[in-house]
Parts: sequence; structure tokens; C-alpha cells
Amino acid sequence: MKKEIRICGFGGQGVILAGFIIGKAASVFMNYNAVQSQSYGPEARGGAARSEVIISDEKIGYPRPTSVDLLVAMSQESFDTYRNDLRDDTVIVVDPDLVKKHEIGQPVYKIHAQRIAEELGNKIVTNIVMVGAATSIFKLLDPEAVRKAVLDSVPSRFKELNLKAFEKGLEAGKNALKGL
Amino acid sequence: MTEIKTAEELNKKYLREGMWPTIFCNGCGNGVVLEYTFWALEELGWDMDKVVFVSGIGCSSRLPGYINADGLHTTHGRALAFATGIKAANPDLNVIVFTGDGDCAGIGGNHFIHAARRNIDMTVIMINNFIYGMTGGQLAPTTPFGSIATTAPYGNIEHPFDICNLAKALGANYVARWTVTHPYQPIKSLKRALQKKGFSLVEFLAPCPTAYGRRNKLGDIKKLWKWYEDHTILLEDYERIMSYGSEEEKEAMKDMFPIGVFQDIDKPGFFEEYQKLVARLMGKNNKKTAETEAVIKK
Amino acid sequence: MRYKRDPKKIREVLGDKVQFVLGDMACVYGGILAGCSFFGGYPITPASEIAEGMARLLPRVGGTYIQMEDEIGSIAAVIGASWGGAKAMTATSGPGFSLMMENYGFAVMTETPCVIVNIQRTGPSTGQPTLGAQGDMMQARWGTHGDFEAIALAPSNVQECLDFTIEAFNLSEKYRNPVCVMADGEIGHLRERITIPDEKDLKIINRVEATIDKEKFIPFGVSQTRKSKVPDFPVFGTGYHTYVTGLTHNEKGFPATDKQKDHEKLVKRITSKISDDIDKIVKVEETHLDDADIAFVTYGASARPAETAMELARKKGVKVGMLRLKIVWPFPEKVIYKLGKKVDKIIVPEMNLGQIVHPVKEAVSGNCEVVSAPKIGGEMHLPHELLPYLGVK
Repeated sequence: MKKEIRICGFGGQGVILAGFIIGKAASVFMNYNAVQSQSYGPEARGGAARSEVIISDEKIGYPRPTSVDLLVAMSQESFDTYRNDLRDDTVIVVDPDLVKKHEIGQPVYKIHAQRIAEELGNKIVTNIVMVGAATSIFKLLDPEAVRKAVLDSVPSRFKELNLKAFEKGLEAGKNALKGL
Repeated sequence: MTEIKTAEELNKKYLREGMWPTIFCNGCGNGVVLEYTFWALEELGWDMDKVVFVSGIGCSSRLPGYINADGLHTTHGRALAFATGIKAANPDLNVIVFTGDGDCAGIGGNHFIHAARRNIDMTVIMINNFIYGMTGGQLAPTTPFGSIATTAPYGNIEHPFDICNLAKALGANYVARWTVTHPYQPIKSLKRALQKKGFSLVEFLAPCPTAYGRRNKLGDIKKLWKWYEDHTILLEDYERIMSYGSEEEKEAMKDMFPIGVFQDIDKPGFFEEYQKLVARLMGKNNKKTAETEAVIKK
Repeated sequence: MRYKRDPKKIREVLGDKVQFVLGDMACVYGGILAGCSFFGGYPITPASEIAEGMARLLPRVGGTYIQMEDEIGSIAAVIGASWGGAKAMTATSGPGFSLMMENYGFAVMTETPCVIVNIQRTGPSTGQPTLGAQGDMMQARWGTHGDFEAIALAPSNVQECLDFTIEAFNLSEKYRNPVCVMADGEIGHLRERITIPDEKDLKIINRVEATIDKEKFIPFGVSQTRKSKVPDFPVFGTGYHTYVTGLTHNEKGFPATDKQKDHEKLVKRITSKISDDIDKIVKVEETHLDDADIAFVTYGASARPAETAMELARKKGVKVGMLRLKIVWPFPEKVIYKLGKKVDKIIVPEMNLGQIVHPVKEAVSGNCEVVSAPKIGGEMHLPHELLPYLGVK
């Protein structure tokens, strides 16, 4: 088993933290091998940012994705920039409020992550909602492992908020699965 | 401990055996600075096992070789950075830097600026001979305007560096300038500089008959040394003239070097502040790993 | 007072035994585990996370972090700290590594243990600051002037960033030579799982400090207490009154700038203390070499796509193996020579225009074909870009 995940958005949305959580859940709490890389440089300061995670039960040689299995997009620009190498069966998850033009002729799971986050009181947890949704939709990782990784990776004073965001995301992901 | 009274006794105690004769020319001021430093150390009664001398490259940077103590003779201009590391590794050590004007104000200028700004606990003794002496008389950042150097054969058109005023502006705890032709005050001043926590600078104007005096026709050694007496004025007098003097008096100050104590304050030194930081953190338990903290903060 | 390594405190500060961390941060962990108590650095992409990690952790274990004014000052402070009795390191990337070269030689000449981590990025000059490369491999070997031996390690994964930083300290303390960890922007900015080794599994070497009678002590000759060309280390402040200079010096440490014999004796000792021990220092990893017709010789990040390409080619029946240099300098000549006799072809993928391929060719001595597989521009090879070198489409 080897799965390649790309999370993209704009700088400041916590794209790297999302990748970090997924990588940590897989490698620390589920004992898979995982590598996480990210794009640095001008594009990481605003603009389109991405974080990529490869998860495998075997040793990982080349550490960058060559064929993406899951794409999570949280901004139009990053969606447009980072979907050039998708397969027909790549699982795509977007926030339709942030990625308005997402009809690309293949199924897309729509999660109103930002809206959910705002309802929880802070849109800063949009990324965590997406992590929850992706966990349900992609079904690779044990939600308990991801939950642990979330709690382990966010500032203590925001634990409650992030936990709620994660649970709401899980639920939204389940609903999206039913809907598609 | 028997009381040391003569220079001979002093030298016997502080000089490293087997390193003589020195590389210094006749009439050079470096040896005097070394003697002054020995007297200051003797008056302080410091344990020489806990004193480390650091230097860069140049005539004055050879001084640590002649001292019976630990010495680090480093690369050109970098002595203060090396010294910073020594002090960090063992704050119990007293770190003294010997450096020249080219070493300190030229190639090492940036290290000087930042060691002074950080208020690193060390004493820098900068011997200023207005020239690159060891390499044969090339232009230094301290060479007076109009002076001749091998690389300024038609006279220096650059303006020299005033390292004491720079150090003062940077907030160094102790800043003083003397000449090697003056006895007593420099020793007292060195003693104070050594005792200070934080950054201290003592600049010595010192003749270099071979590479500077001769080329600039300042006469024989005796005349050259006299030149320093004639061209220095106590800082207080200098400031008084510059504030209240007539235009002629002020004009006459153009070629004069003010000497004395430029600054004497007691800001906590870098390592004092660092110890406070360590103490502040020691009690705290970090719940997150450094990696997670770093990701969150970004 | 000098720093005393406190294993309990270190583990408390580093936290969980198993973590998901950045290559750069793993270098920080490795340094602290090794007992590093001084870090002097200057921010530079893609190595800044090492300085940031040290700034965060060193004061918590009682060590000292100072952000110096530049990389020249950084390595100078590191060398100073080492003479003050600390285990000290710095971290940088190409432009800073270039600035460090003079004092790198000073550390060689004065036999100062210290560690330099270079998270390589593309050059020349400012190049591509955020992107990885392996363009400084020869600089680590030859970058400072004069004759010297280099020791350099090249991690291929994040765990190795941790392990090799410890190993770098060990080699540096043992041989009293600066040691480079030649990582790169790819590995430095990758996150992977690491396991922090237990204290009982940690091998930590500390320099042999001078203990013998001060009158009899010879600071820059062969050891007076062991059979070794590495002299015992007279830590400043312990009463040895050692004079340490970058000038050619005799055994007492006194300048001997006009003496041919003294220079020859000194430089031969400080080079041979390492070259004599090559077989002990060399560390390689062999994969599928038993039946291989073609072999990759790799190091650092380049080993990652090479490994994938090897597995892909093997599935297609091509017998490919891999020799990975964990320690690049001193160069494992004998190992490569043997490999050259065994295989038909050696391919050397590198993120430069061909550097390590040269000593490989020299070591192979014409016994097999040696092919350079260069890639520059800030990206590691894609596995399929390496397949044509193996005759696989």
C-alpha cells in the first residue's frame, strides 16, 4: 500500500499543519511509513501553498508524489495550480466556497469547511475541518489516530475548538460520501 | 604570594617561556601594552589559569603567544567572535582580546559592532598604530587623512575610523582611549575594564616606527613617541574646547586625539541576561515537542 | 562553569520518543543528544529551522544559543566554544558554507572538534535558496586552502539527520577535526518519523581531555597517553596555558612559520590521523549488490529516487544494486574499487553536474563503466528519469 496526498490552499490557512497532522497520525500513531514535504519560498508566503504526504506500509524511496491519490483544496488558485497531475480516480475534496470553479469532469467531494469553522466561531480551524472530512472520505487512516494527532499538534488553549472542528469535519465527510 | 615590584619580576611571572625574542621592532608600542596589562592583572591578582587571551592577525595579535596563559591566535578580524564562543562555553573564564586597528576596525569591524552591541563579557584591547604593520605598511581604516601608506602612496583620501565613539554609541559598558606614552592612567583604566561585566574596549594609540612613522617622516623613535604626547588631549579638555572654544582652538583640535574614559556604565552583560533566560525556562515544562511548537508558530 | 550533559533533562526537553519531524529539526535533536551545548548560527534558507530549533531547545537544557552576525562569526564562535570545553555546532547552507571556509581550515589546523551542518541548496551564489542540491560536496572536501582531510556524512532520511549529527560529533571529538553533515534542502525540509534512541543505545564519544602533568604536556604532537596521532585536548581554563594558533606550529604550539620540517610533520600528522583510519571511518549501505550487474553509487537525497528506480528496474528483471555512502569523506576507495570489479556499470546520480562521480571513477580504476547521472535546478531525480541509465524504458 502506498498513498499520496496533496493538501493545498493559500498561505496562512494551515496547509502545512494539516499535512503534519496527517503524517503524524499515519507514522506515529499508526506506525505506517510517512513522509511529508511542502513547497517553500515565495509561493508559501500568500499565494498557493501545498503540503504533500506519502503514506506506505513499505519503505518510501522517492519522497515526493508522482501520482496523487487524494487532493484536498482550500483555494481556487492552489486548486488550479496543483491539479495538473491528477488521475481519473484521484479523490478530490474541495471547499466549494473557496474553490468555486471545481467542475473538472470528475467527482468532487464538497465540504463547506470554512463555513463550518466559522459556525464554530473561528475560521482558523478550516484546515482541521478538512482533515476530519478527508479522514472520513479517504478512509485510509483511523479517525482515532488522526484525532490524537490533532490534539497533539494544536495549541493547548485551542484544543476544544480543534476537536470540535475535527468531529464536524468527520461528520461532513461521512455525509459527503453518502451524497456522492 | 610575594609582592611584585619590578618589571623583571612581572615578566618572569607572566611571560611564556620559550617564545622570546618577540617579533616586534624597536620603538614598537605593543610591548608597553603588554606590560600595562600585566600590571593590571597583577593588581587584580587574577588566577591566570582562568584568563584566556584571544587575538586575530597582525603584530598586536601576536601578544597572546608571549603570555603564560591559554591563548587562541585566530584568523584575521574574527577574534571577537571566537572570544564570544569561549565565554559562552565557560562563563567563569576571563576573556581578553588583543587586536589591532586593521584586525578590529577593518576586517573585523562587523564582529566588533555586534560583540559590543550584545554587550558580550570580554575586554578588548585594541592597539591602534594607524597602519597594517605586519604586512609592511598598507592603508588601515584608522590611517589619518593625508598620511602615506604603501597602498596610499599619494596620501590617504579616506577618513579614519573612531572606534571609541563607535563603541560608545553601541552601548559598550566601558570605553577608553590612551596612548602607550602615558603611564599610570592606562593601567588603572585596564584594571577597571577587566573588572567590568559586559563589553569593555580600551584603545591604545601606539607608534609603529617601521611601517608608519618612517614613511610619514615623523622622525626617529624618540620624536615619534613625542608625537603622541603632542597630538593627544584629555577628553574633558577636548570636549570643553569643542563646546566653548574659539574657532582657532577648535581648528587646532582637528589633528588631536582625545584620550580618557569615553563611557563607564553598568548594563547587564549578555551572559547575565542569558542566565536569566535559562533560569526562566528551567522551571517550565514544555507540553509540546519542539517540532510541533515550530509548526504551530509558523 | 562548563555545561554538563544531563540525559534526563535532554529527554524531558526533546519529548516523545517517536516523533514526526523535519530533517532540520532532527539535526537539532541529534546535536542535543550528542551533548552539544553551544550553537552559533546565522539564519539561511533552508537551514534556518536548525537555528530556530536550537534557539528553542538549547536554553532549556542549559546550553547556549547565539545568533551571530554572520557565518564567519558563527563558526568562529563554535571553534572558540570548543576550546572553552563545549561540544559545539553550527548549521548553514551554500553561501554561509562559503563564508565559513577560512575558519573551517582554522579548525583543521588547530585540531578543534566541531560540527557544521550544511543543508545544501543550489548554487553558485544565491542560486535557488529554497531548493535542495548536492553542489557543495567537493567544497566540503577541498573548500579551505592547504592540505587537509575532510570528514563528511550525508543523510538520506530524517532519522539519519539525527543519527548522523550524533555520529558527526563522535568523529569530530575522536579525530579532533571539523566534521560536516552534508544534508540538503530536500531531506532537511522533509518530515518523517524518528525514534529518539534510548540512552543505553546511544554511543557518545567525547574528546580525550589532557590530564597529564602540565610541565610535560605536549599539546600538538601524538597523544602522550594513548596510541593515537590525536593529541589529548587541553581545555581552556584547566591550567595548561596552551597557545593555539592557525600558523604552522611545532608540537609545543609555538609558531614555526619558516620551518619546512615542522610544517611537514604537523600537516602529515593531522591528515594521516584520519587517512590511517579510513577503514574504521567508512560507512556504506549495500542493497541488492549480491547479484547486481549495475550499481548505483549514491548518497544523501539522491539515494531516494535511486532506490525507487532500483526496485522498479528489478521488477522488470534488471539486476540493479545500490551502494549508498553514508560517509562520503574520507572516500571509501577500497569499497568502490571492489564494486567496480564486480559490476559492469556504476551509475552515480547526483543533484549537481557530477562531483562524487570523479572519485568514484578514480577508485574504479577503469574496471567498469562509470556514468554520471546529474540533475540540477532544485529537484531530485524522478525515479523514471533514472531508468534509462539502467536500460529500462
